[in-house]
Amino acid sequence: MNFDKELDASGLNCPLPILRTKKALAELTAGQVLKVIATDPGSVKDMQAFAKQTGNELLSSAEEGGKYQFFMKKK
Amino acid sequence: MKKLAIIATKGTLDWAYPPYILASTAAALGYEVQIFFTFYGLQLVRKDTSCLKVSPLGNPGMPMKMPFGPKWFRDINWNIPNVIQANIPGFESLATALMKQTIANNGVATIPDLRELCVEAEVKFLACQMTVELFGFEHSDFIDGLDFVGAASFFEFAGESDICLYI
Repeated sequence: MNFDKELDASGLNCPLPILRTKKALAELTAGQVLKVIATDPGSVKDMQAFAKQTGNELLSSAEEGGKYQFFMKKK
Repeated sequence: MKKLAIIATKGTLDWAYPPYILASTAAALGYEVQIFFTFYGLQLVRKDTSCLKVSPLGNPGMPMKMPFGPKWFRDINWNIPNVIQANIPGFESLATALMKQTIANNGVATIPDLRELCVEAEVKFLACQMTVELFGFEHSDFIDGLDFVGAASFFEFAGESDICLYI
């Protein structure tokens, strides 16, 4: 999937992945896509909750080898 | 915009986390947030955060595990009787140092970092003027940007909040 910016939140725990995601999205313009990599298992549900409450669109959420990968489209 | 009002009343390292985690997360979700620091909660907004300690004494909910060594060693829960904890000078400082190492090992933010993230996200901090005087603090003991107010000022915001938490 194409993306405009990548954020590596590996090793960070709640609430840092969400806070860094929020910050990274602020540097994008509407419609651009942010790729986030995280290792916090709680981030799977949290990214969904973040998207639902902020109106940004979670395009995909996947796990591979203990790492979680998200694509978030800025509102 | 939704509003979150938090009353922070505890002044230890462990209890510093809930208000700052919830406030920074809510701000990231688009909430307008205010925290009213009162009584021991004032410790959370002092310039010097080294006063924040954690005590396992009389706290049966706190696991005492070592943040170093092989996994089998780190998994041991050291059940040290209160009577011993209470009689070892510096036990609290030792427990605090171990806790800070555990926090770092787990990629959990430090309190100064979380507090800074709250400030960046425009979380508003209110400090209870009455307790400042009661405990003999000076305004210069605290970080910049605090509003020193009374309970009535807090209710101005809390009364219109969607969520109000007492921590």
